[in-house]
Amino acid sequence: MKQRLPLLITILLFGYAFLYIPIASLIVYSFNESRLVTVWSGFSTQWYSKLLENEQLLGAAWLSVQIAALTATLAVVLGTLAALALVRFRRFLGRGSLEVMVTAPLVMPDVIIGLSLLLLFVAMEGLIGWPAGRGMTTIVIAHTTFAMAYVAVVVQSRLAHMDLSLEEAALDLGARPLKVFFTITLPIIAPALIAGWLLAFTLSLDDLVVASFVSGPGATTLPMVVYSSVRLGVSPEINALATIIVALVTLAVLIAGFVLWRQEKQNRLDAH
Amino acid sequence: MSTARQFKPEEPWQAPEGEPIVRLENVTKRFGAFYAVDDISLNIHAGEFFSLLGPSGCGKTTLLRMLAGFETPTSGRLLIDGQDVTDIPPYERPVNMMFQSYALFPHMNVADNIAFGLKQEGMPKSERQDRVAELMSLVQIEPLAKRKPHQLSGGQRQRVALARSLAKHPKILLLDEPLGALDKKLREQTQFELVNIQERLGITFVVVTHDQEEAMTMSSRIALMHEGRIEQVDPPRRLYEFPSTRYAASFIGSVNLFDGYVTEQNDDQVRVQCDDAGIQLEVRHSQPLVPGMAVTVALRPEKVRVIHQLEADTPNQLRGVIKEIAYLGDVSIYHVELASGKRVQFTQSNVQALAEQPLTWDEEVVLSWSANSCGVLTE
Repeated sequence: MKQRLPLLITILLFGYAFLYIPIASLIVYSFNESRLVTVWSGFSTQWYSKLLENEQLLGAAWLSVQIAALTATLAVVLGTLAALALVRFRRFLGRGSLEVMVTAPLVMPDVIIGLSLLLLFVAMEGLIGWPAGRGMTTIVIAHTTFAMAYVAVVVQSRLAHMDLSLEEAALDLGARPLKVFFTITLPIIAPALIAGWLLAFTLSLDDLVVASFVSGPGATTLPMVVYSSVRLGVSPEINALATIIVALVTLAVLIAGFVLWRQEKQNRLDAH
Repeated sequence: MSTARQFKPEEPWQAPEGEPIVRLENVTKRFGAFYAVDDISLNIHAGEFFSLLGPSGCGKTTLLRMLAGFETPTSGRLLIDGQDVTDIPPYERPVNMMFQSYALFPHMNVADNIAFGLKQEGMPKSERQDRVAELMSLVQIEPLAKRKPHQLSGGQRQRVALARSLAKHPKILLLDEPLGALDKKLREQTQFELVNIQERLGITFVVVTHDQEEAMTMSSRIALMHEGRIEQVDPPRRLYEFPSTRYAASFIGSVNLFDGYVTEQNDDQVRVQCDDAGIQLEVRHSQPLVPGMAVTVALRPEKVRVIHQLEADTPNQLRGVIKEIAYLGDVSIYHVELASGKRVQFTQSNVQALAEQPLTWDEEVVLSWSANSCGVLTE
């Protein structure tokens, strides 16, 4: 045991280094004074203030947040409905295919999702005239398609752990089915809904590939701006922006983790 | 076995003119090819403490869930207080249920849990608070009003669940294994409390249980179920003393069964030839039987008297050797082997701490019982 300890620590350090040095260097260089990304010339926050003047970047960031919030909300509604159908209704026509289709986006490459949705949108525009052109709407639809799958998985697991007799007890005490859903089921699965919302928000904010396929002129999301500007050479402004995003995402992940942890605890208590 | 109920027989099921509060008419519930409940007709009367007793899978829980409205009968009719409720959803039935898992809402405190049903009726807040306070004092949980279910012990949860299911003054309270999750000591204590509450409120209780002792202690009547059918419906005492089928006799308590056939019947005395016993047994039985008919004589172990010599002019005497003794404290169980190899069980209560001549292994004894203390089973 004693001899294995140094080895374990070394492995651990390598692991952390591998994961965090890229992010750490990004954060460090966001405070670099020099215009050259690879040369350190002193501490400065000038790239943060330059960032605030960069309307293209800020506009893209705002668009991305709007898309992410819309996506997350839609995904929670649709994902919860799908999860309810799969957990609560044991038998119905098309159950098998729904089960497969709900989880398909989890394993489908982004390129394929993006391409197939693009083809769909183009065909729909030709047939029914909606969605007219590609832009924010199409990105939200595309993001919802795959984010919903993640929500469905999270909510499904919470629903499966829920004691069915809780809903029966509410029915027995005189609550109608819809009321039972809102006063009993929803509060009990709420932690899963919050976790699912945060997950969907992060997934949408993060997505470059699918958005590139289905966006149009005037709808450029943050990852798209960052990606295209990096091709022209990395600007320290991007470092500053990335640092802010890392901070926000970390916060979101921590909150989601905390909520899930509390849910686990509740699950264990309910099981008693 | 004890009976908590000092039930002086206002036995409502005896009165033919009384309209039962629950009426099942040829109720069947099928799951695929499996008959969970198979053509059951049953009346339960107002004020009864009625138990559905049987092993797991006998259909008792399905029957209870049909009364609550969570399952719809495949065929048959179900009437509560004269109203056909077969197709009425659970939230419109005048019954409430206490669940085996208690099903307390984890996100609500004790008071809100109890008030949930009253809120659905639209009872005003002040009235609701009074009712909740009244219920909490009924089940003695006043100090717990603000606790969440996960902060309660098993016994406390059981009380909250009971209070919640009583809140709406149901015509019938359905209880699914109400004491199943409690430990033995608490269970015995709670049995008596349940009976007291039931008598005080006068609500009809229908209880599902697999525990015969629990059913015997609490019930006014017991329906013994087996494979989706009802074997026998009777008060505990009748069910124990006069089982009508072999299954009923062996499910409740222990019993010695002697297979044989009827040789003659005079008035209410039947003589049954039993090869295992080697003699003809005399049994009191008032229903007419045909000589030659195959029957079984059932004898409870505690009805057996032990003597040391055969007595003249006494029926039902069997000679045998004690093979096994189990000392249980209050009673001892003895297994006696007859000449035919059949084993007969009898019990003796240990009245004295040290009996003068305790029975011992390999001792030869004569077992004897009167014609009144055994019964004839025809099914």
